Amino acid sequence: MVKPTRVTNNIRALRFAHHEMTQAELAERIGVTRQTVIAIEQGRYSPSLEIAFRIAHALGVRLDDVFQYPNPEETAP
Amino acid sequence: MTHEEKRAWIMLVVSVVAYASYAVVVLGRVDGGPLSAVPYAGALLWTVGGAIVANIAAEIAMGIANPRASRVKDVRDKEIGRLGEHVGQSFVVIGAVSAMLMALAEWDWFWIANVVYLCFVLSAVVGALTKVIAYRKGVPQW
Repeated sequence: MVKPTRVTNNIRALRFAHHEMTQAELAERIGVTRQTVIAIEQGRYSPSLEIAFRIAHALGVRLDDVFQYPNPEETAP
Repeated sequence: MTHEEKRAWIMLVVSVVAYASYAVVVLGRVDGGPLSAVPYAGALLWTVGGAIVANIAAEIAMGIANPRASRVKDVRDKEIGRLGEHVGQSFVVIGAVSAMLMALAEWDWFWIANVVYLCFVLSAVVGALTKVIAYRKGVPQW
């Protein structure tokens, strides 16, 4: 079944915190197109684990500083 | 817009225009008799050939119009490409099974050829449309 991604991210804020890195610079460093970086930032595309690690390394932070996923036990009523 | 998304748009537009042209030509030849008596083979072959040439010409024109545009194809392009091919492929199978059943039932060749052609066109259109939607709205998570 098709479902929207529940993965959220802080890439935009982290880019600005990391010497105001542009989307094009980040794209070049992780080996994807600028459009893919835009899609990831906007939550329209969930990157592979490998790309996620490359993003974290490029921004100089840990993986869970970049991406978050809601814990079902915490969100359950 | 990535190079691959532009290619998906070209495929979508060319496929729709080519089939619409074919339908206009064939339906324009109906003169009160049965549709299956209308000459269609030449129009069908010219439309298929024309669509292939138009697709190639449009991609060359896109490259000439913007020679500095990136042609990089990344993992997202490949995922979207696979999704589009997967969705479009189903219509090829539907066309093949339909043609087999129609041949077994001894239907007129006109209908067999046209159902196969229509399914090829639907495969291209739905596959390209899937890619365009995935680029615009996001890749679905299963």
